[in-house]
Amino acid sequence: MADEPVAVIGIGQTKHAAARRDVSLAGLVREAAGRALADARLDWPDVDAVVIGKAPDFFEGVMMPELYLAEALGAVGKPMMRVHTAGSVGGSTALVAADLVAARVHRTVLTVAFEKQSESNAMWGLSLPIPFQQPLLAGAGGFFAPHVRAYLRRSGAPEDVGALVAYKDRRNALKNPYAHLHEDDLTLERVLASPMLWDPIRYSETCPSSDGACAMVLTDAVGARRAPHPPAWVHGRAMRSEPTMFAGKDYVSPRAGRDCAAEVYRQAGITDPRREIDVAELYVPFSWYEPMWLENLGFAAEGEGWRLTESRATALDGDLPVNPSGGVLSTNPIGASGMLRFAEAALQVRGLAGEHQVDGARRALGHAYGGGSQFFAMWLVGSERPDS
Amino acid sequence: MTEVAVVAFAQSAHVRDSAESSEVEMVLPVLHDALGQVGLTTARIDFTCSGSSDYLAGRAFSFTMALDGVGAWPPIAESHVEMDGAWALYEAWVKLRTGRAETALVYAWGKSSPGRLRDVLTRQLDPYCLAPLWPDSVSLAALQAQALIDAGATDEKRLAAIAARNRTAARANPHAQLTDDRTDTDYVVRPLRRHDCPPISDGAAAVVLAAGDTARRLCARPAWIRGIDHRIEAHALGLRDLTTSPSTRLAAERAGSFTAPVQLAELHAPFTAQEVVLRDALRLTDDVTVNPSGGALAANPVMAAGLIRIGEAAARIHTGAADRALAHATSGPCLQQNLVAVLEGADHG
Repeated sequence: MADEPVAVIGIGQTKHAAARRDVSLAGLVREAAGRALADARLDWPDVDAVVIGKAPDFFEGVMMPELYLAEALGAVGKPMMRVHTAGSVGGSTALVAADLVAARVHRTVLTVAFEKQSESNAMWGLSLPIPFQQPLLAGAGGFFAPHVRAYLRRSGAPEDVGALVAYKDRRNALKNPYAHLHEDDLTLERVLASPMLWDPIRYSETCPSSDGACAMVLTDAVGARRAPHPPAWVHGRAMRSEPTMFAGKDYVSPRAGRDCAAEVYRQAGITDPRREIDVAELYVPFSWYEPMWLENLGFAAEGEGWRLTESRATALDGDLPVNPSGGVLSTNPIGASGMLRFAEAALQVRGLAGEHQVDGARRALGHAYGGGSQFFAMWLVGSERPDS
Repeated sequence: MTEVAVVAFAQSAHVRDSAESSEVEMVLPVLHDALGQVGLTTARIDFTCSGSSDYLAGRAFSFTMALDGVGAWPPIAESHVEMDGAWALYEAWVKLRTGRAETALVYAWGKSSPGRLRDVLTRQLDPYCLAPLWPDSVSLAALQAQALIDAGATDEKRLAAIAARNRTAARANPHAQLTDDRTDTDYVVRPLRRHDCPPISDGAAAVVLAAGDTARRLCARPAWIRGIDHRIEAHALGLRDLTTSPSTRLAAERAGSFTAPVQLAELHAPFTAQEVVLRDALRLTDDVTVNPSGGALAANPVMAAGLIRIGEAAARIHTGAADRALAHATSGPCLQQNLVAVLEGADHG
């Protein structure tokens, strides 16, 4: 017997901000979950199980917070699981929830991912001293900048492509009422004039640190028929991991990312992603990762990703819009960032993305990665049921 | 629907302090033991899932280093739960049920030695109202034990007998940390004495799961997962009756454990009084062998102890010592979250 088809029938997210001092951790996740249930026109008793994800517990200083959040998410008396796969966790969490439906273990699953980074200090959380290992190189930017530099050298990309991405994503965020950064007066010149943090990454090419949560309701074919709004159907989904560091690792285009995309495309019957996928929400925490991932995911040949960006094909009105939501560059509650990518892909194919809707989006890719570019989670969603 | 079985189980020796070895060094031999039992390699495993907690290691993303022990090259399909490895096994079981994988490697580890476990576990509590008071894990377990004594469900003498029975059984378990059955020990937090409490342990465990005919090919007598379910209760202790475990009862019902008697049960009860609660919730009669391994009172590597219960139950089915066994894992203070699996040796796939 084949997998049960999986549908996304409810999506909710919080208003993201540098500090949500108006809500507790419980209040934050409940805000997103309540909106997802309202979208699906379901109530808490309709949920069979809860799958929750976030990045390190040190970010809020709460060990295994799913225990404390059981009541807030209506999980008392239900199965509740907690996923943690570093920055890819929001994507992985949604995939675990999708498996529960696909395996017919549960009919309707609530999945939630969050981060309330203002409760702690992310730089501190990532920089605890580890015996016998190299200290983290001044946060994530210090780790990723050399790999961006390697990409520039390898591809011959002009040095301003990163700024184009940042400017585009921050402009897209102005159309997304939930986005953290709304920089109305940002210009390309201002991005280029912003301070250099980790050469070649400038301040305006880095993600913010956000409080926020994202939630989705996933259900089976019967549940999808009852949904009040169009569902997004999951056509392909996969996770791949490779070791943190070893001599053979390609940090510019990790094999785990390529393998993960290939598996998702195989399941979805995609042979030419550039033509067959209408919109992509990619995990781009530093601007240069847009051209890098475009190559890693097969949208452009090796060394050619920057040309897609430079030609403005990835703009909201281009022929391959990337990050219509404003992306991680505009909103980054780390544990939720992957799920926000998955949710935006689903919103697009449901036709419910509001001002940042891509006209006629029928197939969309949601992408997340984490660790030292070693954990990948992706799904491809479509407006049509996959077996129809 | 695809039938799934435990086909291999391995664990480390559990020790009070493993400062001389890293997490990778602790996990790697256990992984290779489990894979070796069924003649598999990392590259031939379809799905890998692990369970652990960053707070034990005292650093973020601690699981990324442990993954190096798997040897994830070429890249693998892999996931991680920030929970006991029993829930990693549950995630892998779901994956096999989708039909998208035939085999899964599940592993878990916990090094409690780098920190003070009683302090570390307070960080699991409601961060606004409860955690700032630093109520430690032994004190919360003592509240539960006192509630049971007040309800007439047990007394200190019967709790001592539970400790002695578990630790005597542990003498037959080469991986156990504690086999001392003395029960004249001092109070830690009344009414709990030293013998009512688990040892503080470092350790790791690994399980291989396989589906249908693959399981039959890999293992002479697979331990079929007849049912598995888990449920969570409210976190606020004031909302719970600590003398009962409705989540365990419900998980057991959903796992099918009441449809036929089990011969043995491996219970994840770090404190003696918790065995009383679990026996009642699971309706275990006196003829059921409970914790032939010695249970968590003999070795309690946090985040691996629940997975070990499933592994110990499965191992007894592999050898033919049992035909139908129950395994239980818990998470959170005072048995807040509970998982029940029913394993059978008879081939019903």
